[in-house]
Amino acid sequence: MFLTDEEKRMRDGAEGDAVAAAMDLLIRYGYALDAERLCDIRNVAGTMTQPSPVKARLVAEGGWDKAFAVINLDSDLDLTVPPMRVPTCQLQHGFGPDSVDIVPYPRANVELQDDAEAFYGRHGVNILATCTPYQVGNLPLRGEHCAWMESSAVIYANSVLGARTNCEGIASTGAASLTGKIPCWGNHREENRLGTHLISVSGMTVESFQDWGLLGYFAGGVAGEDHPVITGEISRPDLTELKHFGAAAATSGGVELYHIPGITPEAPSVAAAFGGSAKAVPAAVVYGPAERRQMYETLNEIGSSADVDFVLLGCPHASVDQIRQAAALLDGKRLSASTELWIMAPRALKVMADRSGYTEVIERAGGRVLADSCPAMSRAAPAGTRVFATDSAKQAHYLPAILGIEAWFGTLEECVAAAVTGRWNGGLSE
Amino acid sequence: MSDPRIILRGRPVVPGRVEGEALVSHEPISGWGGIDPARGVITEVRHELFGVCFAGKILVFPSAKGSSGWSGFFQTTRLSGTAPTGMIIGRISAKSALGAVVTRVPAITDLDADPCEVIATGDWVLIDNATVEVTKR
Repeated sequence: MFLTDEEKRMRDGAEGDAVAAAMDLLIRYGYALDAERLCDIRNVAGTMTQPSPVKARLVAEGGWDKAFAVINLDSDLDLTVPPMRVPTCQLQHGFGPDSVDIVPYPRANVELQDDAEAFYGRHGVNILATCTPYQVGNLPLRGEHCAWMESSAVIYANSVLGARTNCEGIASTGAASLTGKIPCWGNHREENRLGTHLISVSGMTVESFQDWGLLGYFAGGVAGEDHPVITGEISRPDLTELKHFGAAAATSGGVELYHIPGITPEAPSVAAAFGGSAKAVPAAVVYGPAERRQMYETLNEIGSSADVDFVLLGCPHASVDQIRQAAALLDGKRLSASTELWIMAPRALKVMADRSGYTEVIERAGGRVLADSCPAMSRAAPAGTRVFATDSAKQAHYLPAILGIEAWFGTLEECVAAAVTGRWNGGLSE
Repeated sequence: MSDPRIILRGRPVVPGRVEGEALVSHEPISGWGGIDPARGVITEVRHELFGVCFAGKILVFPSAKGSSGWSGFFQTTRLSGTAPTGMIIGRISAKSALGAVVTRVPAITDLDADPCEVIATGDWVLIDNATVEVTKR
């Protein structure tokens, strides 16, 4: 891989051992990708503060410097973490002190994370603590090269914002934060950003939040790691619907970039999505009522008991408007004594929900608005949960594997009804 | 008797030499939410290798899917002593490339035949930088 003189100096230690270790990781990673060179970035979204058993052991052995060296730089050297070289934010992580007595989550993790926030804050990490940095002020521009992890954020940044990032990991974002560099490979290169699969919605209109999630789950299965292009009978989506669509496509497949001609910025037309020539447009894969039902049934195949103990909303983290909608449905209601309801949100947006009175309405009904984390990240659900319900295709996919529980996937209305009655009564509308 | 060995040529992802028993997945593998790094076991409920342990095996798989936690989870298998000893990757991506790097095991991709078809679980496999030697079992 070609290195500039500046990059060689970093590699050779001119900027200190930690930067040299970061450059060493980027060189190994660039080799693994067969990348030609690195590109400059100044927007990193990674994870440093999330508690884990391995991290706790490393911090006990050698403090946060040791944990960062091993986990965030893949280095065995004794290093001192320098200030972040470029703007860097922390994605979602564990639960914080305000979750104690609500979420069964180890107190030791809360304390470890508090300590981590203080350490990394001093080193210039913005603690956004959300899987949706684009909802709380980190909005890269079109064409901006970034180093982001979190598959649902990566697909949003690439597709909806037109920014350029691969689905990075903990070590590559750690190395990027100290160097402002990432391999110029994959989604960073113009020629790799075209559509590869055409999906045509036919026989119904995709317009609800649930339908965007089902379509995303289908698109991930069709496109795998490639780039689906969505056309046909779709309504104009909003932020929350594309947040759901992208998270689902990144879950069932490895989609990091899609185009919706006329809606997303890099595809003014179907032909443009495939490079401009009509001949390059592949035959369409049809997504119709049968495919929609198949996705719905796949996401619901883990559920057998209709006794719902837990309802989870806000995956990816809820917008203020999603919190408002949940509050409107819960206003004047009371949750079943056997059921809990949590809504996950970025802390900054929870503040707005508090201020708007939505949190109070939800809490009066017995529900909770929680920040920073989610049950999947923290492996934490209400004690004794056996069956949960969610409006998120991503969470319905992952949580059964992570917690060994059953899942129901439905609409917001069905989920709130399940929380109030304690029973699942969902079904796919025609 | 004919030579039971098959030679595949590809591109090293992590250079090195290792031999061992193959564990072949025909489906992409999830890291976060798909494996338990403490035990080195596939935990994705819908996966063909659900419940199967990959520790000490040469993991052969078409691609990585799902969360960007992929590499971090495989790094944790190294730190927990449950890592695969090598990786043969059908199609490389940022997730699997970084995952192989931080697992620090020999890994190879871009082979001249589909490794998930040529290699079967239980075959004996030697990864030697840019080649893979498969001995059928």
